[in-house]
Amino acid sequence: MAKENPADRRYTPEHEWVLERGEKLVVVGITDFAQEQLTDIVYVELPEVGKKIERGGQLAVVESVKSVSDVYAPVSGQVREVNVKLQSDPGLINRDAFGEGWIAVMEMANPDELSLLMEAKDYNAMISGEAN
Amino acid sequence: MIETSSSPLKKTPVFEWHLASGARMVDFSGWQMPLQYTGIIEEHKATRTKAGLFDVSHMGEIEIRGEGAFTFLQYVLTRDLSSLRPGQMKLALILNDQGGIKDDVTVYAIKADFYRLVTNASTKEKILNWLSQVKEKGGYGNVEIQDVSDEIGKIDVQGPLATEIIKDMGGENCVGMPHYRFTTARLASFETLISRSGYTGEDGFEIYVSSTDTLALWEKIVAAGRPYGLLPAGLGARDTLRLEAGMMLYGHEIDESVNPFEVVYAWAVDMGKEFLGKAALSRLIERGLIRKLVGFAMKGRGIARHGYAVCKGEVKVGEVTSGTYAPTCGGAIGMAFVPLNFAREGEELEIDIRGNPVPAQVVKLPFYKRK
Repeated sequence: MAKENPADRRYTPEHEWVLERGEKLVVVGITDFAQEQLTDIVYVELPEVGKKIERGGQLAVVESVKSVSDVYAPVSGQVREVNVKLQSDPGLINRDAFGEGWIAVMEMANPDELSLLMEAKDYNAMISGEAN
Repeated sequence: MIETSSSPLKKTPVFEWHLASGARMVDFSGWQMPLQYTGIIEEHKATRTKAGLFDVSHMGEIEIRGEGAFTFLQYVLTRDLSSLRPGQMKLALILNDQGGIKDDVTVYAIKADFYRLVTNASTKEKILNWLSQVKEKGGYGNVEIQDVSDEIGKIDVQGPLATEIIKDMGGENCVGMPHYRFTTARLASFETLISRSGYTGEDGFEIYVSSTDTLALWEKIVAAGRPYGLLPAGLGARDTLRLEAGMMLYGHEIDESVNPFEVVYAWAVDMGKEFLGKAALSRLIERGLIRKLVGFAMKGRGIARHGYAVCKGEVKVGEVTSGTYAPTCGGAIGMAFVPLNFAREGEELEIDIRGNPVPAQVVKLPFYKRK
């Protein structure tokens, strides 16, 4: 079973999470539910630091043994940092999707966009409808 | 990210066990099948180093019997069955009139005038119809074709320790059995038909058992295999294992538009006898091949997938049939159709991965061969 979705962050319907880190910065990753659906992750294509992305644009690509999935930018902004550990150890996302398996840090262009995202309880409700 | 389906899916006798074990289930050819239990890579590695257990009860079993059974199958299948004695099996192809592959099957000679064909799940209905059509044309004497798929469950035990596990369960008579032979065996009090064969590139067994006994036998094998490190393995690992072993998957490497010589199946065609599709194959031999299936290893980052373009310079020259991360070989591998002049070991190609050309190199098949 997927780990609990932490209440300290917000979620997208496409299974990304966003955690505020202050100074308009947010950490972005995919949820534990998402990594379970994907199966063993073997490759992560990270964005260039400095890249500007509109909300909903492609932030990263996650490849599992079985399939390939886009990770979308939950908010508009600029990539400030990427998790380079994922290059040598993409399985970090499987093991710790909400922590060590983070994907990128973005600087938000418009922090108001955060209010468009789901809270943990709404995301919980959404995935309990999707699972099986 | 999530696949959903509203059509009713079929379940194998082990379905509830899969669910209770926390398997991630997927729709495969109309069946609800386990994709993985603990993880594809872990299940793959267990099968290569110890043993893996596969529920493949979705596959089709068709029995052919009657005085005309031999003549009929000799005409329908590409292999010469005249030397096939009871207790022996062969891999064979069923071709259409153009020499395209309708399915790759295994044929078991049960006894005189009695054979069992094992088909892919996705092709069973089509093969049943084809067999009936051919039979209708007549000339074979009495031939009975019976779909027994619902009465039979199929469990594969694969890996270097498979023999030990089967021996412990009462299958001593299977230990010395050569590859592609089969026998009947009583495993943990269940009557089975068991062959030394499989779809992983490892030593191992394919076990056929009454569908009412399938779940109980499955649980017995899980228990008997536990001390050996046996893991239940899903279709995810089955796919990475067969791909490393360079084996064909219907709907990927083979289908009705593919002829046996383009893929690895030249050996599965006995041109010394008459069979359906032979005339077309003879014409193909005269014309010469246009394309060939090759194995490739990715040299750059990324994983090739079914349907991705294979390029040489800026030009698309072929298409990927299967691709994955290969847990035993390490790195990403795949198979693709390319023009004959590029089907050479060492040839440098590019795979178009989401618009980026990523270098790949043609390598010899299979990627993995057991020691």
